Amino acid sequence: MTIRASKLWLGYGVAMAWFFVLLWPLLGIKAEGLEFAESISIWLKVAVAAAILLGLHQLKQGGLFRFLEKPTQAASAAADALAARVPRWLALCAVAACALAFPMLTERYAHDVAISVLVYIILGLGLNVVVGLAGLLDLGYIAFFGVGAYTYALLSVHFELSFWLCLPIAACFSAIAGCIIGYPTLRMRGDYLAIVTLGFGEIVRIVINNWMSLTNGPNGVLGIKSPGAYWFKDGSFEHIWLNSLEQLYYIILGLAMLTIVAVYRLNYSRIGRAFEAVREDQTAAELMGVNTLRLKLLAYAMGAVFGGIAGTFFAARMKFVSPESFTFIESAMVLAMVVLGGMGSIPGVILGSLALIALPEVFRGFEMYRMFVFGGVMAVMMIFRPKGLWPAKRMGARSEERD
Amino acid sequence: MEFLLQQLVNGITLGGVYALVALGYTMVYGIIQLINFAHGEIYAAGGYMGVILISWLFAQGYPPAICLGAALLLAMGYCALLAMAVEKVAYKPLRHSSRLSVLLSALGMSIFLQNGLMLTQGVYDRAYPGEMVQGGFEVAGAVVSYMQVIIVSVTIVLLLALNLLVFKTRIGKAMRATAQDKTMSALVGINSSRIISLTFAIGAALACAAGIMVGLYYGSVRYDMGFVPGIKAFSAAVLGGIGNITGAMIGGLLIGMIEVFAAGYISSEYKDVFAFIILIAVLYFMPTGIMGENVDDTRV
Amino acid sequence: MTEQTPILELKNVTSAYGRIKAIKGISLKVYPGEVVSIIGANGAGKSTTLMSISGVIKPTSGEVWYAGDRIDGLAPDLLPSRGLCQVPEGRRIFPRLTVEENLDMGAFFRKDTDAINHDKNRVFQMFPILLERRKQHGGTLSGGEQQMLAMGRALMGRPKLLLLDEPSLGLAPLIVQQIFRIIREINEVDGVTVVLVEQNANLALKSSSRGYVLETGNVVMEDDAQALLVNPAIRAAYLGE
Repeated sequence: MTIRASKLWLGYGVAMAWFFVLLWPLLGIKAEGLEFAESISIWLKVAVAAAILLGLHQLKQGGLFRFLEKPTQAASAAADALAARVPRWLALCAVAACALAFPMLTERYAHDVAISVLVYIILGLGLNVVVGLAGLLDLGYIAFFGVGAYTYALLSVHFELSFWLCLPIAACFSAIAGCIIGYPTLRMRGDYLAIVTLGFGEIVRIVINNWMSLTNGPNGVLGIKSPGAYWFKDGSFEHIWLNSLEQLYYIILGLAMLTIVAVYRLNYSRIGRAFEAVREDQTAAELMGVNTLRLKLLAYAMGAVFGGIAGTFFAARMKFVSPESFTFIESAMVLAMVVLGGMGSIPGVILGSLALIALPEVFRGFEMYRMFVFGGVMAVMMIFRPKGLWPAKRMGARSEERD
Repeated sequence: MEFLLQQLVNGITLGGVYALVALGYTMVYGIIQLINFAHGEIYAAGGYMGVILISWLFAQGYPPAICLGAALLLAMGYCALLAMAVEKVAYKPLRHSSRLSVLLSALGMSIFLQNGLMLTQGVYDRAYPGEMVQGGFEVAGAVVSYMQVIIVSVTIVLLLALNLLVFKTRIGKAMRATAQDKTMSALVGINSSRIISLTFAIGAALACAAGIMVGLYYGSVRYDMGFVPGIKAFSAAVLGGIGNITGAMIGGLLIGMIEVFAAGYISSEYKDVFAFIILIAVLYFMPTGIMGENVDDTRV
Repeated sequence: MTEQTPILELKNVTSAYGRIKAIKGISLKVYPGEVVSIIGANGAGKSTTLMSISGVIKPTSGEVWYAGDRIDGLAPDLLPSRGLCQVPEGRRIFPRLTVEENLDMGAFFRKDTDAINHDKNRVFQMFPILLERRKQHGGTLSGGEQQMLAMGRALMGRPKLLLLDEPSLGLAPLIVQQIFRIIREINEVDGVTVVLVEQNANLALKSSSRGYVLETGNVVMEDDAQALLVNPAIRAAYLGE
């Protein structure tokens, strides 16, 4: 064994001993006495898994998998060539067709999951404007989702305003909330911004939770109307409620597509470039005449608008809202999607939403472990793939990463 | 008047706890410029270790004082090891990455640890074994429970010990030197990795003590108990001037007082909001805090 | 003298910041008891050379040998205890440590309390102003005082080899003289080998036995200090004539 290898295994031994010391007290010390069985069984599983990974890593270092490299490289090159030959519009059309045909091919449960995924795609894209494009870490993003949801919920219940009218109203309200939150925070250092937005997110939730007369507090708002529509039937237009899952699916699909187009356009617009300039080097951007404060505020407001739209739909779909849906963990989820997918990348965010919402539905038995795994994956991703699963193309190296 | 005095007693108790947690934030920020989101979870883990160890020791028939003391020390050691592991796994490999990456990694660790606690300890509250410390006494109409006396005295002892460590010992000087200039401290022979590890361990031990005492005070712990106090303690650290150890102590005390008085005189439903509002106001109007920052921010 | 083994030897060392090569294959030798100057214009790679010796910058290729051991690739914090101390560019005083604490940090790796106190008194004798400012924060000192403190801090490590980066930068002539007197003293009395990086070539060469001239990351000339001082090319380029 080389010195490096033995060092590696020594490190492994220390890490595993350390892990046992951390694990056992949590599981093994009981008032009735000390137990070892459960913690040892978990520990063994982890230790074996880690040993296998480490062994594979060593074999790879040793060149054992070199015979695999050539075929895999050839395969990925072939796949790339094939992808390059298929025109982009064709690929997009295929995806759109799949999305449109989805409800006809699947059943209720799948519709339900798909609707969640689409809601989170809108949220992810909205947050992506703030985090990915403008580089502002927002940990209270779900507050805008809440503002949108409550705006529609209250307008619908008290004034019976229609969903379609409330959509722009809720978007406006969220944008205003975004500006209110953004204004005092945007002069702050990047990492302070994170904790302050987190605080604001909590404030919004606490206010919703305690303002009984307006929001009915923790009991939530009931009786929210579905989106309505006029349908041509028997020679006249007739008002119907779009409350089947299929109909809702098409509504959110439309909203998501609008969002994708809007964010795509934004990405390549003058403002999008200005966002990037601010993200990469604020001082230089200012010297070039970019009003950074106003631009950041705009990013906040735009992100908030998408949050508000998603929130409005969420309220209409659930027909019920309560503060529980707007906790910090939801903000963290949306952020995890953006980070996992690739900051600033539209397909990345879509991929991230699929991975974080649809995948756990497949492994339903492991519901409990979902956030646990997310947290771990988030930390590990930062080490091994900090740019995400599908990194944005135009995004250059951040100025602080270069040095 | 009695009400005021009572609020003062409660405010000092709570403020001491925030001060202990705030120190971990401020020390870590001072040395590697990271908001350690996982710190609140270390505090929660401390609370759980307290329950676990005290329940076990209590069942073995040891007297309460010994249970408490032994559990405190053992749990502090446990949390120190936990925080060092977090640092080694999630932060050290990212020492040369962008700040956003480290921050997200910290957030990931926070979620990971919180859910790890939930998976191993359950979703519901876990109670401390009944009536460890009971009773109290009255001073000018205000009731001071013995638990409060314990909290305040343990806090004072720990704060004094920390002050001695940081300002009087060789290792404390090395910690401050590393926070001020990592390259230069390497050039005089200080191993900065080891010092950073130690900083995490000390911060975690203090947070752990706070977690145990809060658990004892309220009688139970919960897996997500670290989240809100974490933000408040961070607010305290910012209020005192991030990186400033004395500032964190004063900031913690102030935040505790403000919370208790706001709950008592304004509205108890909105008590959590006040800490956040202070955080925002401080960052907006005096971003370096009341005692001044001690951060050499070479990366901004 | 050339029969001795060098205390420090660089063999073809290359270092880079990112993709930009700051030094390109530098070789030099320093023998025990010498004062060696490295002179050159701004950006010639003088500081990078020192940082590559002390391990703050890892050389991308080449070897660094010190006292019989190969030290490139070692962490910088392992070197002071071997007798290699550095006063880096910009002095880098710990700004919120007191003067005395700064000196204590210089002796961080040492455990011999009595000897440390003795050395501290010696530094205070060398630079009496530091004794006066003992309780003051390092950041509040003037430039000259900071330079004295930085040198005092390095001496607290009882170096065998001392790397000095621009000790005269930005200081009044009188203070510069004092600093250079101390450099000669520690070299002659304590036998500390000194590597001196300076822009003030005249001053540096006058206190040195030998000198290296750096230009855009390469050693372009190497000679006795006296010879360099009278070399017309050097006089034209670095001595302002």
